[in-house]
Amino acid sequence: MGVELKAKFTSFGGWEMPVQYGGISHEHEAVRTASGMFDISHMGKFTLQGENLIDQLQRLVPSDLNRLQPRQAQYTVLLNPQAGIIDDIIIYYQGINASGTQKVLIIVNAATTEKDKAWLWQNLDSQQVEFQDISRDKVLIAVQGPKATSHLQAFVTEDLTQIKSFGHLETTLFGQPAFLARTGYTGEDGFEVLVDESAGIELWQSLARAGVIPCGLGARDTLRLEAAMALYGQDIDETTTPWEAGLGWLVHLDSKDDFIGREILTQQKINGVKRRLVGLRMQGRNIARHGYPVLSSDEVVGIVTSGTLSPTLGYPLALAYVPTQLATINQNLAVEIRGKVYPAVVVKRPFYRSKNRF
Amino acid sequence: MFEYPEDLRYLDSHEYVRLEGEIATIGITAFAVDQLGDIVFLELPELGDSLSKGDSFGTIESVKAVEDLKSPMTGIVIERNDVLIDSPEQIADDPYGQGWLLKLRVSDPGEIDDELTAQEYSEQVEGT
Repeated sequence: MGVELKAKFTSFGGWEMPVQYGGISHEHEAVRTASGMFDISHMGKFTLQGENLIDQLQRLVPSDLNRLQPRQAQYTVLLNPQAGIIDDIIIYYQGINASGTQKVLIIVNAATTEKDKAWLWQNLDSQQVEFQDISRDKVLIAVQGPKATSHLQAFVTEDLTQIKSFGHLETTLFGQPAFLARTGYTGEDGFEVLVDESAGIELWQSLARAGVIPCGLGARDTLRLEAAMALYGQDIDETTTPWEAGLGWLVHLDSKDDFIGREILTQQKINGVKRRLVGLRMQGRNIARHGYPVLSSDEVVGIVTSGTLSPTLGYPLALAYVPTQLATINQNLAVEIRGKVYPAVVVKRPFYRSKNRF
Repeated sequence: MFEYPEDLRYLDSHEYVRLEGEIATIGITAFAVDQLGDIVFLELPELGDSLSKGDSFGTIESVKAVEDLKSPMTGIVIERNDVLIDSPEQIADDPYGQGWLLKLRVSDPGEIDDELTAQEYSEQVEGT
């Protein structure tokens, strides 16, 4: 074996991140069947305020933010003029205060925090929008799984079952202000909690005592991959458009005015795209991984962007870009693994859908 | 902190070899098992394949890592632990016993002297 076996901690954008606590399969199963928690404090967190804030943000994303009511959120993407994805983000609309100021919280990927900040600065009117980067000021804890909500309920007075998916609220947690959102990156029900460090530590320890399993980045990756959620920098980046990446459901061309990337997205809607991100199921035990070539009739036609053995399903699965004419369910393809070719078939995404989601 | 039986020899790449006459049994160490985490895939050579010392003889994968397996000796593959191909996670239960990977008929038993003793290997991986 190579000398470089993976350490259990990894450095990620200046943060020391746990890859695993008690084994990836164990953590994964806990989230699918009960509850697990993730320290995702490394993610970027921005608060924005302004009178016409939603109108200004509308220009930066393909999704129609006018559909958002206060205490709702939208998963969406920041696009460059070529409709390439600068980042995938969640915009939490917190509403309008008495003086007419709109307020949002935006959660972005850790590695893209500085890039996103620069892009927002460049494209929002700084005279009208007050921007604050609170990435280092707050911790973010994701509590996920069918039992996550009931575990979290013990620490807040509001009835969490009344919060819908992508809904959120501001409340108090261990005497400190906290933001709770019914969002996540696992394909299960659960919340993400934004708080000050001391309350975050208290929450983590209290949940651990209640039996919520601490989970690392390893399980976070296998969980999101079973749910076919894109990982930025791997499945999507500035060279992929929402149509190609299977994120067409974020594009609301009909109800929106102009936004950055609209022209290319309109063209691609009319002419179609050359490649698409698909789900692959390997036919044997061999695991397709990031960067492995995808073949059809012995020719390289695409590339695997993410792949793993699915802990829940028990077989290897992958996401891969393939030519559009091959991007149909049940299409037979193959993946080259260490010089040999192994059969794979295009399957529906997500690979796994929770029965516990509401 | 892990066990490294005295009757085995070790590679710094975390394979072990047990030599009995001209038959070498090859596996991976308890340290490697711990570092890898959940083992999900194992690929081994065919019976009759010949391996040179230092050759890659297969692949072991955990959820997050893909690692080559390196042969500690030169020889012909005479047996492989096929149970582990279908249930690679069982390697972790008993890496030095039921979790063996491969048996070779070696061409030069003297090659074993190049490999690390239990104490040397232990010092390398655990610094003790």
